[in-house]
Amino acid sequence: MRTRTFIVAGLVAALVLAGVASFYASSHPDGLEYVAEKTGFLDRSYDSSAADGPMAGYAVKGVDSPRLAGGLAGVVGVLVTLGLAGGIAYAVRRRQPDDTGQPASERV
Amino acid sequence: MHVPDGFLDAPTSVLTGVVAAAGVAVALRGARRELDDRTAPMAGLVAAFVFAAQMVNFPVGAGTSGHLLGGALAAVLVGPFTAALCLAVVLLVQGLLFADGGITALGTNVMLFSIVAVGTGWLVFRASQTVLPTRLSLVPVAAAVAALVSVPVTALAFVGLFSVGGQAPVPLGAVVTAMLGWHVLIGVGEALITGVVVSSVIAARPDLVRGARCALSTKQLVVRGGEVTA
Repeated sequence: MRTRTFIVAGLVAALVLAGVASFYASSHPDGLEYVAEKTGFLDRSYDSSAADGPMAGYAVKGVDSPRLAGGLAGVVGVLVTLGLAGGIAYAVRRRQPDDTGQPASERV
Repeated sequence: MHVPDGFLDAPTSVLTGVVAAAGVAVALRGARRELDDRTAPMAGLVAAFVFAAQMVNFPVGAGTSGHLLGGALAAVLVGPFTAALCLAVVLLVQGLLFADGGITALGTNVMLFSIVAVGTGWLVFRASQTVLPTRLSLVPVAAAVAALVSVPVTALAFVGLFSVGGQAPVPLGAVVTAMLGWHVLIGVGEALITGVVVSSVIAARPDLVRGARCALSTKQLVVRGGEVTA
């Protein structure tokens, strides 16, 4: 499989997970939340300062259908994460020795 | 396992923030050795996939759910330093855009996911590889074992932080027992997902899997040997 085909296939899988499958995810509290509730420290948590954001709680504000609001949030999240992590990876990657354009002393 | 704001006191949050920042700095340096033109797109894909998989909570019984941490999975696919960066990006996006995991707790979460989960995942993966025969088919098995161990260890690390800076007078023994119990169960899910994803990637492009390099080079040696005798 060509690298491009592989990356695109992986990205489609991620988009389907975040955009479609997430709607069917369990809505029960996760392990930490559940333990916090049972042992009595869940009430110490408070909403973060990002809680009023337009996509807080994985739901795009102003979109009525929960399926669509959650799916859109998932798709945006996947693309932003891909861009950010991919960008950092490209910035720190090892270049080919002939096109680094930087002095040898800076190479690790 | 995203820690919200308020569970830990300010000094502990600051401390984990410093540890997380140092960890990310080390990861930025280390990732240089893992990343080149061929593997850089993998890093983006792995981060995106972990983000997506973390949205899909699976039930683990009694009204509790869990989701992939992805520390072991990312470490096996792209190497531990790059994996730490991937998880940090995922947490940053989740915290800022989706209010999943606190803002003052971002350092705590990066420490738990990028350092503890990725670190444990990678160490257990490498240890499993030294015990298991060097075969490509066993890479997903080692990855699954690493995933299984990484989840309860990360849960214990949270309890450790909570014992230092927890904002409620809760009996620690009860927290340890409950956190371990549930996170062993979640670890089984983590192991299954990690094993399936790693074997799928190996089936398609084994050369893109960092943790398969040993097994792959052994395989190539065998093939060359066959050519010589033929």
